[in-house]
Amino acid sequence: MTAAAIPVAGRRELRLRVLRRFLRHRLAVVSAVVLAVLILASVFAPAVERLLGADIRDVDLSAILQGPSLAHPLGTDELGRDLLVRLLYGGRISLLVGLAAAVFSAMIGAVIGIVAGYFGGRLDDLLMRVTDGVIALPILPLLIVLAAVDLTKLGLPPSIANSGDVSLYRIIVITALFGWTGVARLVRGATLSLKEREFVRAAIAMGASPWRVMRVHILPNAISPIVVATTLSVGGIILFESVLSFLGLGIQPPIPSWGNMLTGAQEQLSSAPLLMIWPGLMIFITVIAFNFLGDGLQDALDPRALSD
Amino acid sequence: MSAFLIRRLIQSLAVIAIMSFLVYALIGLMPGDPIDIMIASDPKLTPDDAARLRALYGLDLPIGERYWNWLSAALGGDFGFSRTHSRPVLDVMGPHLQRTLLLMGISFVLSAAIAIPLGVWAAARPYSLHDYAINLFSFAGRSAPPFWLALILIFVFAVWLGWFPAGGLETIGKGGFWDRLQYLVLPVLSLTLLNVAGFTRFVRAETMAVMRQDFIRTARAKGVSERGVLTGHALRNAMIPIVTIIALDFGTLFSGALITETVFAYPGMGKMIYDSILANDFNLALVGLLFATFVTLAANIGADVAYAVLDPRIALQ
Repeated sequence: MTAAAIPVAGRRELRLRVLRRFLRHRLAVVSAVVLAVLILASVFAPAVERLLGADIRDVDLSAILQGPSLAHPLGTDELGRDLLVRLLYGGRISLLVGLAAAVFSAMIGAVIGIVAGYFGGRLDDLLMRVTDGVIALPILPLLIVLAAVDLTKLGLPPSIANSGDVSLYRIIVITALFGWTGVARLVRGATLSLKEREFVRAAIAMGASPWRVMRVHILPNAISPIVVATTLSVGGIILFESVLSFLGLGIQPPIPSWGNMLTGAQEQLSSAPLLMIWPGLMIFITVIAFNFLGDGLQDALDPRALSD
Repeated sequence: MSAFLIRRLIQSLAVIAIMSFLVYALIGLMPGDPIDIMIASDPKLTPDDAARLRALYGLDLPIGERYWNWLSAALGGDFGFSRTHSRPVLDVMGPHLQRTLLLMGISFVLSAAIAIPLGVWAAARPYSLHDYAINLFSFAGRSAPPFWLALILIFVFAVWLGWFPAGGLETIGKGGFWDRLQYLVLPVLSLTLLNVAGFTRFVRAETMAVMRQDFIRTARAKGVSERGVLTGHALRNAMIPIVTIIALDFGTLFSGALITETVFAYPGMGKMIYDSILANDFNLALVGLLFATFVTLAANIGADVAYAVLDPRIALQ
C-alpha cells in the first residue's frame, strides 16, 4: 500500500483501522494518556510553582527533608527545595532529552538506512558494517567519556562550554550518536523492498533523480517503521540520560533532572528514603509508558496485520 | 566457514584500530592535563619545567604522532602507568577484571537458571494469565532505571533490614570467603533482576517461534508429552538463537555491571573505568575502555561462530 496508490477515502479508512487496532491495545492507550498528562504537567510546571508559591531555586535550610504538607505536597529535599516542583521541572528535562534525541537519532538513522538501501553495493556494505560496529560498542562507558569531554579543548569559549544549557544539548547529541542504528536497519529493509515496487520503478523510469525518489516515494512509505522505532527508542534514551545524570556527568545541578535528583537522594537513603522513591518512579513510569506505546503502535501499524 | 571467520576477524581488528584512535583522541579531550596535575601537586615547578616535562612525555607532539607512540608501546606490552594507583595499568586491571568476572558470572548463571524456565513457561501458554504476568515483569525490569533498583535494594536489605552490607568489597581487616560473599549478595541480586527481565523476553520469543514449526506438530502427533515437546524439542531448538542474542547483547550486560558496581562501590572493571575517567587517570581509562570494546566485539564473533557450529543448517559465507 503506497500513499500514492490509495484513493483519499481508502486512506481515511486505513487510518481509522490503524486507530481501531491501536485502541484495542489497552496498555498502549493508558500509556498514551499517562504520557499526555506527564507532558502537560511539565509544560505547566511554572504554573504549579506559582500556585504553591515555591520557587524552584529557593534553598531553605530551615525546612530540609520535610514530609508532605499543604505547602509542599511531596515534602522537601536535602536543601529544603519543594520536591513536587523539582520533579515537574525534572520531567521537562527528561522528556525533552528523550524526545529530542529520539527524533535526532531517527533522522540520522533514516538518512543512513535509505541511502544504504537505495544505492546498495559497496556503499550499503560500508554503512551496514558501520552500523554493526556501533551496535557492538559498549555504549555506557563511551557515553561517560563523551559526557566528560572538556569542550574548551575543542575550542569552545569557557562561558559557553560550562553553561548549564550545554550539558542539556550535549546529552541530546551524544545519546543520538548511538541511538540511530535500529531505525537505520529498519529503514534500509523497507527501502530494499520499496525499491522493487512498480511506482518507484516508474518514477525512476520517468527520470526522477535518486534524491527525489528517496524523498517523495520511499521515505513517506517507510514512515511507520520509523515512528515505531523512534517511540521505542525514547525509553532507552531517558534511561541513559538518567544514568549519566545520576553519575554526575549528565544534566548538572542546580538544574533538576530525575537522574541527578537521585544522586542527592542516595546520600539521604537512611534518613529520607521517600526522596529516592519519587524521581525513580517518574523515570520508571515514563519509560514503561513509551515502551507500551511503541508496542501498541507496532501492532497498529504493522502492515502484515492490516488484513484483519 | 573459515573464510567467513577470517573476514569477521579482519573487520573486528579494523573496528578495534579505529576505536583505539577515537578513544585515545577522546581521552585527550578530558578535563585537566597530566602536567597541570603535576604542577598542582608541586608548586615549585616553573613554566620552563612544565614545558620540559611536556616534551619529556611527548605531550607537545601532534595527536597522530602521540597515538603512534602509545600504540607502539602498547603492542610491545607497555600500557603505561596508572596515575591514581601508582602501578602499571595491567597490574591494576587484573584484580578488577577478576572481580567483575565473578560478579557477572554468578549473576549470569542465576539469570539463565531463572529466565529459561520462566520464558518457556510463558511460551507454553501464550496469552494466559501467567504469560501476561511474566511479560509485565519483563517489561517492568527493562523500564526501571537500574541504579534505582540498586538503591531500593540497598534501602530494604542494608538500611532497613540490615541483613547485608550496603556496598564495598569486604569488611576492612576481615575479608575471607564468607565476608566477601555477604558483600556480593546485593550487587548480584541487582544485576540478576536486570538480566532476568531481558533474558526472559528472548527465551519467550524464541520458544514461541519454535513452537510454530512443523516438527513440533509432528512430535505432538507421535505422542510426545507436552512437557517433552517443550523441553526436548522447543527449548533445545530455541537455545541457539537465545545464546546468540545474549552474546550479541554483551555490551548491555557490561553497562549493567558498570552501574551496579558504581552504586554498590564494588571495585570491578566498570567502576574502575568510571573512576579513572573522573580522576583523569588517562592510561587506565584508555586501556579499560579498549578492553571493554575488545571483549564486546569478541562476544559478537563468538555468537556468530556458535550459531554456525550449533545449527548445521546455517552456512556462513
